[in-house]
Amino acid sequence: MVILIKEKFSEGDSLLHKLDPRVKIIVALLFSVIVAVSDKYTSLIGALFFAIVAVILARLRTREVISRLLVVNSFIFLLWLMLPFTFPGKNIYTLGSLNISQEGIKYALLITIKSNSIILVGIALLSTSSIFNLVHALRHLYLPDKLTQLFFFTYRYTQTIHSEYIRLNNALRIRGFKAQTNFHTYRTYAYLVGMMLVRSYDRSKRVYDAMLCRGFKGKLWTLNHFVFKKSDFITGIVMISCITGVMLLP
Amino acid sequence: MKERRSEAVIKITDLLFAYPSRDYIFKKFNFNFFKGERIGLVGSNGSGKTTLFHLIMGLLHPPEGKIKIFGKERKAENDFIEVREKIGLVFQDPDDQLFSPTVAEDIAFGPLNLRKNQQETKKILKETLETLGLTGFEDRITYNLSYGEKRLVSLATVWAMQPEILLLDEPTIWLDEETIEKIVQILNNHPHLSYIIISHDKKFLKETTNKTFKMINGKIEKI
Repeated sequence: MVILIKEKFSEGDSLLHKLDPRVKIIVALLFSVIVAVSDKYTSLIGALFFAIVAVILARLRTREVISRLLVVNSFIFLLWLMLPFTFPGKNIYTLGSLNISQEGIKYALLITIKSNSIILVGIALLSTSSIFNLVHALRHLYLPDKLTQLFFFTYRYTQTIHSEYIRLNNALRIRGFKAQTNFHTYRTYAYLVGMMLVRSYDRSKRVYDAMLCRGFKGKLWTLNHFVFKKSDFITGIVMISCITGVMLLP
Repeated sequence: MKERRSEAVIKITDLLFAYPSRDYIFKKFNFNFFKGERIGLVGSNGSGKTTLFHLIMGLLHPPEGKIKIFGKERKAENDFIEVREKIGLVFQDPDDQLFSPTVAEDIAFGPLNLRKNQQETKKILKETLETLGLTGFEDRITYNLSYGEKRLVSLATVWAMQPEILLLDEPTIWLDEETIEKIVQILNNHPHLSYIIISHDKKFLKETTNKTFKMINGKIEKI
């Protein structure tokens, strides 16, 4: 079976893998909000440093971390193509008929540091838990049931719908279908998408029916409760103090 | 059907049911099921076997006719909550049944819905896995199981609710002989269990049931 979403980083036994996911979610959220609103360079560089240390502590494979960062930075690269030329400010260099502004460069740099730190902390803290543990943690943090269930079922059934897509696509190919620029191709793809929509709807109904048959009354109960350990508390406090400290840098 | 002294646990009288834009599946349909019965249900495709299961579980509601289960008439959605706690339906496609990531979580879903506490649930979990020969599967990821394993785990998720009656929809379809043999043994090891099995597998029905009913032209007859 094809596995669409791989939880590559969720297996391991580093300090961060063992940390209670509730602590991780709170720290990651706090970090993201603070980094997003801050615009002091010293603080942001401190935050980036914090993020890098966190990734090192999580002991993940460097190559895979970098490949994830490349995806994000390819979008940021587009900003570097635009911002220095379009942002109003002091002109520091003229490239043909284009003016490069100092403020534009600063702004692009700010965005680069911010997004990379947030992504790194996300990798270090959130990717080191399995999706299911994160969903549990969200529920324990009193996020509404409907939202956590939505999140979870989206994850679970993307898998099934993806394999349904592969089945349909194979059915097309074994009968000699080739994608071309013509009406037949468009119509076939429209049927394919339509069929997937209908099948997903049917599937969701059957899943819900199966849940009703097992006494589901709108609430998902959890089997394993998290045990909040002393070490979780200490690690949480240390991380939150680090983030606060970084933000208080002059 | 012969009248018995004890009342039927499932008693369906004069049932009418049709899907939109199709002919009647059931017209004046009558069916009685008694405790302790182990029956096989056969019939051509589209003859309404699965529909009958869904009507018993209250997933579909008939426009006419009476469904009496455990001595009470069941009409509205709320009437069926008790039915679903005592009758276990195992769906044909295990991907519909299994939605939790781990086997343990999925099996615990039913007992937790019945408001069993953690300890009871874990005990039921352990016993169910033992009964169905799935010990060691607790932390396996449900969507990475083989098809046969998925079918057994589906049965386990319903088994864990300790139902009085089991409804099995094509339990052997696409399974290898070894897994079918396992299911036969599980069922025969529990002689007090009542069930209805939809199946086209004559050998399997012979080994697990003591009578067979056939659905034909919107009626059910003993064969």
